[in-house]
Amino acid sequence: MKYALLNYSKGAASGERGARDMHPGIAAVLDRPDVSGWVRLQPAESATTVTLEGRTTLLTDGPFVDSKEFLGGFIMIEADNLDEALAVAAELQALDVTAAIEVRPVFEQELGGA
Amino acid sequence: MLEDVFRDQWGRVLATLVGILGDIELAEDAAQEAFALASERWPRDGEPDNPTAWLITTARNRAIDRLRRDRTLARKTEQMGRELRDRPEDTMDDTTKLPDERLELLFACCHPALALEAQVALTLRTLGGLSTDDVAAAFLVPFETMSKRLSRAKRKIRAAGIPFAVPPAHVLPERLDAVLAVIYLVFNQGWGAGRVDLATEAIRLGQVLATLMPDESEVLALLALMLLNDSRRHARMRDDEIVLLDDQDRSLWNEQQIADGRSLLERATALRGSGPYVLQAAIADLHIRQPRDWEQIALLYGELGRITRSPVVELNRAIAVGEIAGPDAALELLEALDLGDYRYFHSTRADVLRRLGRDDEARLAYGRALELTAAGPEQRFLAMRVAELLPPGDRE
Repeated sequence: MKYALLNYSKGAASGERGARDMHPGIAAVLDRPDVSGWVRLQPAESATTVTLEGRTTLLTDGPFVDSKEFLGGFIMIEADNLDEALAVAAELQALDVTAAIEVRPVFEQELGGA
Repeated sequence: MLEDVFRDQWGRVLATLVGILGDIELAEDAAQEAFALASERWPRDGEPDNPTAWLITTARNRAIDRLRRDRTLARKTEQMGRELRDRPEDTMDDTTKLPDERLELLFACCHPALALEAQVALTLRTLGGLSTDDVAAAFLVPFETMSKRLSRAKRKIRAAGIPFAVPPAHVLPERLDAVLAVIYLVFNQGWGAGRVDLATEAIRLGQVLATLMPDESEVLALLALMLLNDSRRHARMRDDEIVLLDDQDRSLWNEQQIADGRSLLERATALRGSGPYVLQAAIADLHIRQPRDWEQIALLYGELGRITRSPVVELNRAIAVGEIAGPDAALELLEALDLGDYRYFHSTRADVLRRLGRDDEARLAYGRALELTAAGPEQRFLAMRVAELLPPGDRE
């Protein structure tokens, strides 16, 4: 199965984030064969949240979750089951770099036009 | 009669089907069809030589038929159907060749990625063989609510890829803790508000687990603990009023449960078990021996508190210390606890103050405990204690 590990960063989103070096522990995990892709996101302040109110599309400046933590990136992995995926997340979390990691199974079917 | 056979077979049959079909919902539907067929045929044609094998084979064949019929299912499922069809029939004739996969099912149902209430409901439904209706009644929630809770949990197992497997050694202890916690929670829900007796259900689950994991001291100890506590259930109440341990009619205790509980506890300690359930079972055992060995009880509570860091355990230790060193010592320990919203903290403190002759403070503490206690025998017991503290002139 494919899982996305959504990494929530700690503290305020800094504009310099992209320029900072990645934590070596995370970089090491990204090089592994069970990691099938990853994305490092621009700071949360660059986000726009799209919501729907009635029939009107609303755009809001900023990330969806309005809290100290923000979605800093995600890692795509291939795992046999949830336990294996959780083990990778626990390993990353043990580095104490991220505030939280959300593990999400990913739909496997091909999308139209893909 | 047939219903009892079904209850005993359900978990075993369902677990094997989940192993074959890879999906709880599919397995449940197939099992239900097989059980329905059995209730129609067995009374007429007689029970088959091997009921378990009959139920599994029938359910499996039904599931394959359904998979064949259902053309909207994904290619992958059809392929699974083909593979199943190709399996030789004779593997199903003998139960000894059928894998017992109840442990796998139990670990899937008690996976910490599921909400605790979902774990509990799913375990009672799948392994306990209770109907959705019964599970709903046991937890006093509407049928619709419980039905949704169960469906959601099954969807999550499927979508998130929760494994149908006994966890590997390095995570087994914590995952086993989760399973034990679910069973103990079912036990502590009490003695069935209505038609379902949850304590009995928990003991059944504990017995299944003890059969499947006979070398796990905590598994044996949990079953011992439940049996030792359950043995006194008929002595605990008299005319709907609470009877304290020392006042209980011992002839009402279930000797068989006590003997079984003690022999399980012996097995657990022989395995060098010293986990929280071993300690709790040992304490439960000491409580029903006469005279009570308060020194030993206090010691075990101390050890349990060290492991669990639970203030409730410390509260119990304070009671034991009070029996050894007097109410002053107990009060000192109690005053250090931060358990302001826990009714037993206030009732225990009240009891200690009463023994010290500090009636006014005792009355206040009983009052606080009363505020935190729902109407029922426990509240009446506390109210009686408050009444005893009133000056003679104020009594009715």
